[in-house]
Amino acid sequence: MQHSKLYYIALLSMLLMADAAKAQDLLDLVDTDKPKKEVVKNAFKSIRVINGHSMEFLSPGTMDFRILHRFGQLNQPNNFGGLDQASMRLGFDFGLTRYLQFGVGRSTFKKEFDGYIKLAPIRQSTGTHAFPATIAFVGGMTLNTLPYADPTAHNYFTSRIAYYGQMIIGRKFSEGITLQVSPTIVHNNIVPLANQPNDVYAIGFGGRLKMNKRTAFTWDYYYLINGIQKDAANVPLNYNPLSIGVDIETGGHVFQLHVSNSAGMNERAFITETTGSWEKFDVRLGFNLSRIFQISHKK
Amino acid sequence: MKISILLIAVLSIASVSNAQKFFTKTGKINFDATAPKSPENIDGVNKNSICVIDSKTGELQFSVLMKGFEFERALMMEHFNENYVESDKFNKTTFKGNITNNESINYSKDGVYPAKVKGKLDMHGQTKDIETEGKIIIKAGKVQVTANFNAQFEDFKIAIPQLVADKVAKFAKINVDCTLDPLAK
Repeated sequence: MQHSKLYYIALLSMLLMADAAKAQDLLDLVDTDKPKKEVVKNAFKSIRVINGHSMEFLSPGTMDFRILHRFGQLNQPNNFGGLDQASMRLGFDFGLTRYLQFGVGRSTFKKEFDGYIKLAPIRQSTGTHAFPATIAFVGGMTLNTLPYADPTAHNYFTSRIAYYGQMIIGRKFSEGITLQVSPTIVHNNIVPLANQPNDVYAIGFGGRLKMNKRTAFTWDYYYLINGIQKDAANVPLNYNPLSIGVDIETGGHVFQLHVSNSAGMNERAFITETTGSWEKFDVRLGFNLSRIFQISHKK
Repeated sequence: MKISILLIAVLSIASVSNAQKFFTKTGKINFDATAPKSPENIDGVNKNSICVIDSKTGELQFSVLMKGFEFERALMMEHFNENYVESDKFNKTTFKGNITNNESINYSKDGVYPAKVKGKLDMHGQTKDIETEGKIIIKAGKVQVTANFNAQFEDFKIAIPQLVADKVAKFAKINVDCTLDPLAK
């Protein structure tokens, strides 16, 4: 009798357990995968914050066709807010893998070509083996193709070349906030002034504040550690470039509208040759227009 | 003695009922949201959808990772995840429902059975009742589930801006094709 009572209790509890198992969600039976490693994307809407490289990479197999304009200074008289004149850069950027990208461009300013390779050993990711930030490296060069100032002198081709190297450390803190720091070195093979350094060190800061799904506020600043030149009266000849803008995504295009004291659109130009001063309001309107094309199709 | 026989019987019933479940982790779900006059196709496919059926009760459940949708163009995938379904916030879409005519389907006999399904689709933080008809095809111990239905973006609070209205339709045609294996546990 004692024994059978125990059996009944055991049986009852087993039935109850079976019931409990049934109440469990069907999906829980199979959906047991841990979240996979996933690269954090869309830290910026574009591969450039405004002037400088962003921590974002193009998707593999895509090409970014970029048309950049920088208008004349806003504070010039009779110049329609600077819109009467424009400097531009055409660029083609290619995404090879999620970690590798390269691009070429041509600017009207100094008829300069530029090219770069951007590589990310680590990208910010979630899931297993997550990492909190993207670390990327950029190596690039620029080539001035203006006629030689003095064609009769012995001119060296290498004097037209400048190089830059950059490290980008960036993090998308939330859907709305992204910040990045980018220590940069620009090397000019030749500089116009005797006391001017060939190597200019700068630290770039860039960020984005997303206002809604399709618009974001962006800013881009480079602090020059050396390389700010001054004239005899101690007035600076060049300044730290600061750009403030808005990214607007329209589906097919990304428009980056901004105000900047810099006219240059490659690293050499905007880091070492920004002649406008925010204090004197020597700023310009400008825009970057980006359109992404899919050039390789995976099937 | 009698009771221990009963126990064994209960245990074996329990294991039989387990074998009545079918599942897959490689189900195919695709959607097409191409507007009538769109110059390009707006469609994507997820080949890693999870689907489970309890053949005894007729329960049917799906779980789909939104980031698992593949597109012809990388930019479309980015926009899908960032601007439309907001995959970082709502990473999964689930459907939990029942086959209402489950008793007319014989899971142990090969054949094509029409199936009526009713349940709740949970997408983009919104839940909506869905009712559709599909097919259950039993072949060599496997269960194939196919169905088509439409989901209105408005019902799921997925906004389609005017700017892309000529390309993206107001609803998605959803096509389900999953082949399920018996769940051994």
